[in-house]
Amino acid sequence: MVKDLSVEFCGIRLKNPVIPASGTFGFGMELADSFDLNVLGGISLKGTTLEPRFGNATPRIAECEAGLLNAVGLQNPGVHALVGEKVPALRAVYGGCIIANISGFAMEEYREACRVADGCEGIDIIELNISCPNVHGGGMAFGTSAAAAAEVTAAVRAVTGKPLVVKLSPNVSDIVAIARACEDAGADGLCLVNTFLGMRIDIKTRRPVLANRTGGLSGPAIFPIALRMVNQVASACRVPVMGCGGVSTASNVIEMMMAGASAVQVGSENLRNPFACKEIVADLPGLMEQLGIEKLSDIIGCVRM
Amino acid sequence: MPSINKIRLEILSNLPVTPNCYRLELAGEGLPAFSPGQFVQLEVPSKYLRRPISVCDCLDGRIVLIYKTVGEGTKILSQLVPGQALEVLAPLGHGFDVELCRHSALLLGGGLGSAPLYLLSKALLTAGRQVNVVLGFNTAADLVLLNEYRDLGIEPVVVTLDGSLGIKGVVTDAPLPACDFFYTCGPLPMMRAVCHKLEGPGQLSMEERMGCGAGYCYGCSIKTAAGAARVCADGPVFRKEDILW
Repeated sequence: MVKDLSVEFCGIRLKNPVIPASGTFGFGMELADSFDLNVLGGISLKGTTLEPRFGNATPRIAECEAGLLNAVGLQNPGVHALVGEKVPALRAVYGGCIIANISGFAMEEYREACRVADGCEGIDIIELNISCPNVHGGGMAFGTSAAAAAEVTAAVRAVTGKPLVVKLSPNVSDIVAIARACEDAGADGLCLVNTFLGMRIDIKTRRPVLANRTGGLSGPAIFPIALRMVNQVASACRVPVMGCGGVSTASNVIEMMMAGASAVQVGSENLRNPFACKEIVADLPGLMEQLGIEKLSDIIGCVRM
Repeated sequence: MPSINKIRLEILSNLPVTPNCYRLELAGEGLPAFSPGQFVQLEVPSKYLRRPISVCDCLDGRIVLIYKTVGEGTKILSQLVPGQALEVLAPLGHGFDVELCRHSALLLGGGLGSAPLYLLSKALLTAGRQVNVVLGFNTAADLVLLNEYRDLGIEPVVVTLDGSLGIKGVVTDAPLPACDFFYTCGPLPMMRAVCHKLEGPGQLSMEERMGCGAGYCYGCSIKTAAGAARVCADGPVFRKEDILW
């Protein structure tokens, strides 16, 4: 029997729940010649700010056991290039859900960037990034306090009618409180988690490996923590959740959905294998068969307590 | 963006060529053609990220990579034996442009920078260009590829920092033959010295810690005269005037 991989997220039908996570898949076109992107349920584009940014100095990448640290620092061409060039180019070859990931350093900047993104027909969902740990004085600062998260969510809510998903930071003591604050402020969905703040030292030079000193940890190392947080938030909130953090296999996708995720983002695995998402989508029907699952959306939040 | 291939290759040989450099020869079906200066992202068992290594030579269905054992990953690599399989992503990056040289090329390699220049030498000779090569090493024991260059009919000028072989000093201390275009690959200070000394046009190959190696993670971006550039995808080969020293 043909398996039904489709899911609904914020009223949008995705052909499957698999979405490359922001920052691990560029603006989509970088991989458009390597495989047909239309196998993907959605694509979350690289984090974009109002103005263009170069980002941090190199090294921006440090390898870890079962993962990596990154401190790219939101390199992007700015939201006007996003809506004028990047999204139209991707839309020309891709029919699935396009998610614009918007970040910033000040409330007004978030609002203006989201207002511009709202005017772009090709964008299906706005993912509000209040969780980037690699920029100073912005990003994660908005995602580590419930009051600030609610304030920026409400400010952006006022300028967009598109589905608004807030991407949460795991670098907090009570992620449920922040998730609820975003939901109450008008978020249509939540995405969690972004990376965990980490650090490596080169023991020969006694200097941090990353030029930025610290970076965000991602990869299989964080999967169990991300899964726990997704389960907590999905259990406590009414809005749908995108699960993200260390997902590398079809089995991880199923697990995230059982924990409560309606869609699943794959991040670091793309850096090891540009075909990771395509392969996960291809592996899902066989795994569903083994597990007796006919319709993937049936398992969302099915974990028994 | 060019299409990326993910291929499993078998190790044919993996032998030391100096006290800390290995020559790894891999073979497999579906191996694409490589331009000189392009690289592969090589899987290292038990390591999370792949290792970017430039292609030294590509023959019918085989590639040769030369790497230095600098850390844990390359140490693991050095312990692999023939018959084992490794997955690579290839071909990656923008390589050297042979067409930029009209008649005579000067190639300046520092240490393992000599490796991609070997494939470039072959391409330049095939295109009918005259090729002069200067290779610099720390010491005589680090010398690689001399015989391979000689087999192409090229007699490289060898320079060592300690004077244990050839001219004592760095590549820019050697008498440099005239050329209409130069190509260089090696440590950054060496390439900087080369680009400052040689007045004519040239290309150089940059190195940076990479994530994906294929242009979509933006982990290896540098500032160039032409704006932000990803070393993995916009480079690793850049024109001399693009680099902000």
